[in-house]
Amino acid sequence: MLFLLWLVPAAPFFGAVLLLLFGSRWPRKLVALVGAASIAVAAAAAGGIAARFLIAPPPGHALTLHLWTWFSTGGFHPEVALYLDPLSLVMILVVTFVAFLIHVYSIGFMAGDAGYSRFFAYMNLFVGSMVTLVLAGDLLLLYLGWEGVGLCSYLLIGFWYRDPANGRAARKAFILTRVGDTAFTIGILLLFHALGTLEIPQMLARAPAVWAPGSGFAMAAAALLLGGAVGKSAQLPLQTWLPDAMAGPTPVSALIHAATMVTAGVYLIARMHLLFALAPKVQMAVAIVGAATLLLAGCSAFVQTDIKRVLAYSTMSQIGYMFLALGVGAWPAAIFHFMTHAFFKALLFLGAGMVIHALRGEHDIFRMGGLRPVLPSAYWTFLIAGCSLAGLPIVTAGFYSKDWIIASAAGNTALWVAALVGALLTSLYIYRLIFLVFFGPRHMPVAVKPGLAMVIPAWVLAVLSIGGGFGRAHFAALVTQAAVGAESSALTSGLASLAFLAGLVLAWAWWKRAAVARPAPTFVERFWYAGWGFDWLYDRLFVRPAMSAAAIGRGDFIDGFYRGIARWFGAASRALSRTESGNLRWYAAAIAAGTALFLAIAVFL
Amino acid sequence: MLIAFYIAGGVAVAATILMLLQLNAVHALLCLVVSLLALAIVFYTLGAPFAAVLEGIVYAGAIMVLFIFVMMLLNLGRAAVRTEKLWQPRGAWIGPVILALVLDGEFVYLLDRGAPAGHAPPPIGPIPVGISLFTTYLTGVELVSMLLLGAIVAAYRLGWRRRERAAPEAELECVEEVWGVPQ
Amino acid sequence: MIRDALALAAILFGLGLVGVLVRRNILFVLMSVEVMLSGAALAFIAAGARWGQPDGQVVFLFILAMAAAEVSVGLALLLALYHQYNTLDTNVASRMKG
Repeated sequence: MLFLLWLVPAAPFFGAVLLLLFGSRWPRKLVALVGAASIAVAAAAAGGIAARFLIAPPPGHALTLHLWTWFSTGGFHPEVALYLDPLSLVMILVVTFVAFLIHVYSIGFMAGDAGYSRFFAYMNLFVGSMVTLVLAGDLLLLYLGWEGVGLCSYLLIGFWYRDPANGRAARKAFILTRVGDTAFTIGILLLFHALGTLEIPQMLARAPAVWAPGSGFAMAAAALLLGGAVGKSAQLPLQTWLPDAMAGPTPVSALIHAATMVTAGVYLIARMHLLFALAPKVQMAVAIVGAATLLLAGCSAFVQTDIKRVLAYSTMSQIGYMFLALGVGAWPAAIFHFMTHAFFKALLFLGAGMVIHALRGEHDIFRMGGLRPVLPSAYWTFLIAGCSLAGLPIVTAGFYSKDWIIASAAGNTALWVAALVGALLTSLYIYRLIFLVFFGPRHMPVAVKPGLAMVIPAWVLAVLSIGGGFGRAHFAALVTQAAVGAESSALTSGLASLAFLAGLVLAWAWWKRAAVARPAPTFVERFWYAGWGFDWLYDRLFVRPAMSAAAIGRGDFIDGFYRGIARWFGAASRALSRTESGNLRWYAAAIAAGTALFLAIAVFL
Repeated sequence: MLIAFYIAGGVAVAATILMLLQLNAVHALLCLVVSLLALAIVFYTLGAPFAAVLEGIVYAGAIMVLFIFVMMLLNLGRAAVRTEKLWQPRGAWIGPVILALVLDGEFVYLLDRGAPAGHAPPPIGPIPVGISLFTTYLTGVELVSMLLLGAIVAAYRLGWRRRERAAPEAELECVEEVWGVPQ
Repeated sequence: MIRDALALAAILFGLGLVGVLVRRNILFVLMSVEVMLSGAALAFIAAGARWGQPDGQVVFLFILAMAAAEVSVGLALLLALYHQYNTLDTNVASRMKG
């Protein structure tokens, strides 16, 4: 098991290095093979570890693999150590397996692209960083993985770099998550200062001893960690980057911005839940952030016109659910929802990718329609995923995970109601999407049908979206190593199912009306469409002042000095190049003049 | 001897200046030949009769004849004279003359610093020259012969033109036209 | 006399230099180069006469041979240039400009 454990991050990193160095010279089949095989190795290793873990769990149900000491200066020696416990085991299983399926899908989706090897290299790098993040036994190593996924997100959002809009989206994502990362860094420093170590098991053991519940330090540290999580997971107030991040290729959106990277914040809070338990006010803040984002994003998703933006807001909303669960102390529910969400959200993106690929890059759902008969695989898998997202009772994974979360929130009425309203909104927007894309009259012809590379991973995920929810009691027991089961109540389940049905019916009614005459957007619709005005607010509050300050500093004398140097060199070069007239006699004159000069120097000096 | 030296020297300089000012290539060549012959006499007055004869035979005789052959091939006519005039504005002389004066000034300054008195040197005939040539400077002789061989090859290759050219009649026409308009 | 011979050589050299720099016709440039060479040859002869040795004349022989080689190659080049550009203007062959 120890051997397999370091293989999980090592295989994708190795694949990334190979592809970065040699990928551009290899044939496409080889690139695809290396790219997918490295993830397959990681997934197989994760599977092997899981089997061993379940059959013969290590003492304390946790395992630390010390690889080496990163550095050592004056009492601070962070370790490169991999920590395996049920939480990280679940995470790596989901991450590697979904990543593998998406890599196989990408073989079909990115087939004609010029940056094929670059794509797989970055994806491998991403998976390696994500697994490092999850398996990190030391907070600093976790931060390394955190930064790594941020970097890969930037690289992959701006993958088609020739279009400047993609670069802007990538920069926006990076800068916003950076704000969160800064908070995270300060939190790490604070934690080290107070607890003296950054190794996670030791930290969590020492924290209750050092800090009383509700102490200022604990609150500050937890709040800073929350800041980091909020940035990475696109929650309020750092959520504006996620819809724009859809500029990247669809497999990127599926892997990074649905299943894995955006859940890094959830993982962080789940991992440090003992710390958050010491700061109840911050924990409540987590729940409030989750609930607010959940509702806000749900409303926005309902009015979007770009198929991927609907799914982006949907992701934001579902992570809001996970934050809600974390906020009420039910972190196993959050992780369970993460697992099911990874399955159906990745599948939704894969299905959207199939539609986009088939229509040669069309993203506007109002120009799609009637794709059900022509794209059967896309339709059925998308439908299964959509039902799982909305929480179709009994037969879908999403129902069980969402039900668990709503039941956990039952202690706080406001949060409980918010969660139920969120379920209604979810059902509304996803069925609106399904009706608009797959039903009704066809507006565009289908150019390309998806190949097997795209269809098979979709069906695998479809099966998981259905069956992935059974056995949540076992899941809870495994993850918490205690005899707690999953919370559930008949009332909650009943109301959740009602919300699902209401959403479906209302979506159908809306679609029927919209099919006849599409009304002009009202102010509320436009407000929701723009993400509740956050972009506008941040632009006025932060971007413009920063740009004006930069513009003031642009023409100062330091800049002028350096630009003057450059200008002088340019002028000198132009003057010197005029002496190369190509004229024979000019050169002869130059020789003669030089001779005269040297003679003069030799004679007179 | 001394007078002969100064007269011949003066003729050489005068002929060279004339050559520079000529517009017709053949006239300039003739001036150059005169200059070279005058130079041969200067060599003789300096006690180098062998060099003087060689100058007359090889330089003025063979090399200048090469020039004449080429001019024959080029077949420059009266139009060439006109273009020559166009190509020489007054202002073009200033820079080079100044440069040459500076250079010559430096030479003269160097000469003034340490040069012996003037008297006619004793003649050194061909025999000492030959002995020196084939004993002390034998390597140089071999190198010069290789140089000449290289020059033969180079001249042959540079002068070689492809077979597929225009018919001879068209060639003549081309040559006539070209000098109608200055380029 | 030696000094005057050397002065004469310098004058001839200078005149040749002026000719090279001023004239645009390649033929004249080549002729001016010949003048420069003869100036240098005179300097060598004068030096040999000064020291009373035949070495000056030996070098003069070498210069002569070299001048012959140079003229033949130079004229071949001139003919090639003429056939390429149909003119004898040196300014035309300026593709190395810039």
